[in-house]
Amino acid sequence: MVLTYDGTFEGLLSAIFETYRLKIAVAEIIPKDEWQNSLFEHPTHVATNEEWAKRVLIGVQKKSSKKATKLLYHCFLSELPGISMLIFDFIKKSVNSNIDITDNFGDDTVLQLHQIKKKIGREVHRMHAFVRFQCTKDDIYYSVIEPDFNVLPLLNDHFEKRYPAQEWLIYDVKRHYGIFYNKDKTEYITFEDDTQLQYRQLNESVLDESEPEYQILWKSYFDNVNIPERRNMKLHLQHVPKRYWKYLSEKRAQF
Amino acid sequence: MNERVKEKLEILSDAAKYDVSCSSSGSNRKNTKGGLGNSNGVGICHSYTEDGRCVSLLKILLTNHCIFDCAYCVSRRSNDVKRAAFTVQEVVDLTINFYRRNYIEGLFLSSGIFKDVDYTMERLVRIAKELRTKHKFNGYIHLKAIPGASDELIHEAGLYADRLSVNLEIPSEMSLKKVAPEKNYKEVYKPMNYLTGAIQGFKEEKTAIRSTPKFAPAGQSTQMVIGATPENDLTVLNLADNLYQQQQLKRVYYSGYVPISSDNRVPTLKQPPVIRENRLYQADWLMRFYEFKVDEIVNEVHPELDLELDPKAAYALRNPHLFPIDVNNATYHEILRVPGVGVRSAKKIVSARRHGKLRFDNLKKIGVVLKRARFFITCADKEFNLLGKDPLVIRQIFTAPSRQKAGFNQLSLFG
Ligand code: SF4
Repeated sequence: MVLTYDGTFEGLLSAIFETYRLKIAVAEIIPKDEWQNSLFEHPTHVATNEEWAKRVLIGVQKKSSKKATKLLYHCFLSELPGISMLIFDFIKKSVNSNIDITDNFGDDTVLQLHQIKKKIGREVHRMHAFVRFQCTKDDIYYSVIEPDFNVLPLLNDHFEKRYPAQEWLIYDVKRHYGIFYNKDKTEYITFEDDTQLQYRQLNESVLDESEPEYQILWKSYFDNVNIPERRNMKLHLQHVPKRYWKYLSEKRAQF
Repeated sequence: MNERVKEKLEILSDAAKYDVSCSSSGSNRKNTKGGLGNSNGVGICHSYTEDGRCVSLLKILLTNHCIFDCAYCVSRRSNDVKRAAFTVQEVVDLTINFYRRNYIEGLFLSSGIFKDVDYTMERLVRIAKELRTKHKFNGYIHLKAIPGASDELIHEAGLYADRLSVNLEIPSEMSLKKVAPEKNYKEVYKPMNYLTGAIQGFKEEKTAIRSTPKFAPAGQSTQMVIGATPENDLTVLNLADNLYQQQQLKRVYYSGYVPISSDNRVPTLKQPPVIRENRLYQADWLMRFYEFKVDEIVNEVHPELDLELDPKAAYALRNPHLFPIDVNNATYHEILRVPGVGVRSAKKIVSARRHGKLRFDNLKKIGVVLKRARFFITCADKEFNLLGKDPLVIRQIFTAPSRQKAGFNQLSLFG
């Protein structure tokens, strides 16, 4: 049997709950959007049920630990193919075990999840480093990203702490949503039409007057601190893989 | 902001870039209400230069005007370069605006000496003070404490900065006098001693009274230029060791001399001594994290670091009688000395062996680099004991054919 869900973490947990409630064996749990029609299988869709989702999380927490639920959530954000089943596997193992399995690296499921979490952590760290804000006329500091994984939900804490007194917006163009902080709290937002959004300079008409100048100053700073006698591109690329260059105004030839 | 600021930034970042201490770590400032920024232990690298160095701070000089004439320095009085000076306001604006855009973790401000030492120091302090008080800036601030500055100014600097550094610049006073006639060790040690005392004092007070303000919470550091004068590694490392022990410095930076100067008091090098610099950093790590005494790394018999071999491997090959070490019985201190075993692996070995004797496979999982370590250890299932062979043979295996990467001071090279 194949179960589909709406693509949210709660949705996945609801589907997992359903397998226990109906005592069914499933071949696959998969986001609805990813399901490829097949002649032989007719998937059953499970609607998201907050209550069920919560019960699954509490179950995992009781059997294993809070760390385990965090691990599952972070891994879920990877959006990797098969991640739903991996999470399902972990939960099954956790339910069947009498001890906390979160750090049982000898287990293949657990090991794989930890490896994925590490990748997520690295991406989060890169976003902390490579997000570049542009200041708009309304004094909103604005940034566009396109991370490898869906890490936006993990970014607000860092940026709230760093910029408590300025309004900022970080928008994921790949996934079409953003987080907006209004000096009080962070909210999710979606633009109806985000085709105009780019990493590069926003339209001059919406930018604060001084913004282009600061970008130029930063680029000129960056160019100047380089020591040509010590050039080492291999090391450079190791730190800033090419796919991240688009974020960095200092890496652009011109504006 | 205008063209002039851009030009100043070009001149004054260019002149500051040879100072290598750029780390923004070690401090802990929480954001305050309505404030800007925080610093939380490990600094973030927001970009990397093409030479692979981390860009985390806005590193500039307040001015490159200078009344001194140090041969190794581009800003020296007798050098014909474009001069510029920022105003206090310009530095504050640049810092705030770069920080708000997430370009940087904070400011690293140094300066040439215009007029006199205190006149210059006073301005550095004023910038830090404005950032902290007027702009509630909680990002990282590293100020240069200028040799010879008054205790009062140094004290004030400590109240606003996260880290202060006084640069020794040249690893012996005799050489220093030759290349920097206006400088002497006494003037360098004066602010350094003051800071050592004050940092210690504030720390003690802090444990007694929690509301004690912060004083240079990320400590103090210094820098030495390597290769501009004839000191050997023994002198350099002895000096560094002394600074760690006596002055409780957080970091000593070694800066391979970049041949920027046409001054005939310093040698003309084809290239900066990057490999030597890297070896010095490795030796420095051995002293700080691997429980090595300085004379185990360099001594009268071996006054120079081996350029072909990292200093830990060099130590092991010089002391074959100490190996192999049985990972199941040896002390933590002994395990740390095995080439291919890092601090983390050593700790894991010590805790893992409580659950049972460690075998070859366990060591692999723990992260020991067996390619190197195998010559120096025994474990439950394998007696390598290959050191019975000639250390010279091992040396050959270690140095050929894949050459160590040079010019890389991230110290991933003990593996
Ligand atoms: S005092 Fe400092 S800035 Fe002036 S020449 Fe000497 S090293 Fe350079």
